[in-house]
Amino acid sequence: MWDYTPIVKDHFLNPRNVGDIADADAVGEVGSLACGDALKLYLKLDDNKDKIVDAKFQTFGCASAIASSSALTEMVKGKTLDEALAVSNQDIADFLGGLPEEKMHCSVMGQEALEVAIFKYRGMPIPQHDSEHDHGHAYPDYEGEIVCKCFGITDTFLKKVIETNRLTTVEQVTNFTKAGGACGGCIPKIQELIAHVLGDADAQPRKRPEKLSNMKKMQLIQEVLERDIRPLLWADGGDLELIDIDGSKVQIAFRKACAGCASSGNTARMVEIKLRDLVAEDIVVEEVSQ
Amino acid sequence: MKEIYLDNNATTKVDEAVFEEMRPYFCELYGNPSSMHFFGGQVQSKVNEARGRVAELLGATPDEIIFTACGTESDNAAIRSALEVFPDRRHIITSRVEHPAVLTQCRNLTQKGYRVTEIGVDGAGRLDLEELKAAVDTDTAIVSLMWANNETGVLFPVEEAAAIAKSKGALFHSDAVQAIGKIPINMAASNIDMLSLSGHKLHAPKGIGVLYLRRGTPYRPFLVGGHQEKSRRAGTENAAAIIALGKACQLAGEHMETENTVVKALRDRLQDTLMAAIPYARINGDGAERLPNTTSIAFEFVEGEAILLLLSEFGICASSGSACTSGSLEPSHVLRAMGVPFTCAHGSIRFSLSRYTTDAEIDTVIREMPPIIARLRQMSPFGREHLKGQG
Repeated sequence: MWDYTPIVKDHFLNPRNVGDIADADAVGEVGSLACGDALKLYLKLDDNKDKIVDAKFQTFGCASAIASSSALTEMVKGKTLDEALAVSNQDIADFLGGLPEEKMHCSVMGQEALEVAIFKYRGMPIPQHDSEHDHGHAYPDYEGEIVCKCFGITDTFLKKVIETNRLTTVEQVTNFTKAGGACGGCIPKIQELIAHVLGDADAQPRKRPEKLSNMKKMQLIQEVLERDIRPLLWADGGDLELIDIDGSKVQIAFRKACAGCASSGNTARMVEIKLRDLVAEDIVVEEVSQ
Repeated sequence: MKEIYLDNNATTKVDEAVFEEMRPYFCELYGNPSSMHFFGGQVQSKVNEARGRVAELLGATPDEIIFTACGTESDNAAIRSALEVFPDRRHIITSRVEHPAVLTQCRNLTQKGYRVTEIGVDGAGRLDLEELKAAVDTDTAIVSLMWANNETGVLFPVEEAAAIAKSKGALFHSDAVQAIGKIPINMAASNIDMLSLSGHKLHAPKGIGVLYLRRGTPYRPFLVGGHQEKSRRAGTENAAAIIALGKACQLAGEHMETENTVVKALRDRLQDTLMAAIPYARINGDGAERLPNTTSIAFEFVEGEAILLLLSEFGICASSGSACTSGSLEPSHVLRAMGVPFTCAHGSIRFSLSRYTTDAEIDTVIREMPPIIARLRQMSPFGREHLKGQG
């Protein structure tokens, strides 16, 4: 069982400000059903359109997501928009007497919803996220490249969270943002980002080895297929099987949804790029029917 | 608060009779079964009795029973043994919905150069036997498939699968941890070479397991350094737990019919009533043959951890396939392998009953569950849109 503080439990069992505000001035919506949590935040401003006089929320998620949303609404009431923008995810966690580290992403979601609401109200641009991966959060002012495709998270956003929370490991980044928590395909990229933010040369991404014996090469090919490629295919109901390795020629056969899929050529190309990236530059992937 | 324990696939209460059976073997009859003196000898004879009782539940002979520390050890030992027995065979077959005790080991073995095929399941969690047929070849050392799934209770056709494995000379192992004690098993009329059992899933204590090893099956021990268990599992016997397991197996045999009539009826009433009372819900594994004690229900628009904690307020103990309960961010690999949409998997709750479950307990769950789901849906930005007019 999670070790939730009494304040978290109280805000989960007796959430404050659940519901919507029909004539809300600002609405911020982040997350989705597929992500496993989502929050819709409603803010009502005073006549000067400066101070938040009421806040309500609707949340889909675990106990700490509900508690974080409840805490957020309590915290921002009475604040000016500028004061509200200064609320950090750590402030939300502190208000609750702390959150288990694995649940810190719930406080981040609260802070995001607040920013989205206020940015939208002020007419500031909110970047469109890639509709193909539209199961992610919206990131005000955090344009940039999508790093985590599973949760739709950009590099700019990750850098911000890494920096403000002084995160040093991929595990922490996953706990705070979810990035890297599903297929794991973006973990090398997250390592790069941490290294970049910390200016730390230790957290190097996985790199292609300089020299490989034939035996090692075969092992590494299998490892990359198992760890980096097949989980991606499973996510779409597909699969592949390694048929043979002959020097640099890797023969694979597609299974399940991938078998006979019109874009299996693209998938084979993806496999080749990944293997070239992580094993050896001269790898050629060949699709065989077997 | 009195607990309403509906999480018996996680662990079970130790039956009082089982506890009484093991009690003397701590402070009074603490001898080592291997000792030459009478004091150890009397423990040895109780251990032998227990071995006989376990064998009887499985339809096996006593020499086919190897006591281990847990189901996980049995799973690990079975797979590793097969690979040592067949050094020239480099292929392992398992399924995508196995318990991590099997799946993690198989995936780790790919890094040692083994080829691993994970057979898929259909939307109801049923094994694809055709895929298995196509996958087995003369390079296959072992096929390891669970008898019953821990999350959904869905049963695999292990006998057919074993026959397919053996047609190519591979060994067949089944993780039967969830099946034993809940459905009848007769190894005397079976093709299966190895079987894993875990004591704490059938009202024995934690820390005791069994690897069933068919007579004549080649075997290499996992633990070496002692003659115990005919040198197939070294280490001083956990005598008290073995004796407890013997009693638990005897009781399981006696209660087998209850499990498949009374417990099943309670399970059916629970799932049917909840399905009728709560819209936007589905049974994971509906349509497949399932264990009599298990039901896994997906509730849309709500998240499993929140449901569990609200149930916990009423003393109700269940479990979830949701991501948030496990610390991982993805819902259960079993539900994903079945193609359960993420939107449902996050709100999946598993109830697993036992012979101790009462009518009154089921009444409480039936009473408390619908308002809990309604309350969370009221709070959810999705539930409200879908459930307008449904209260």
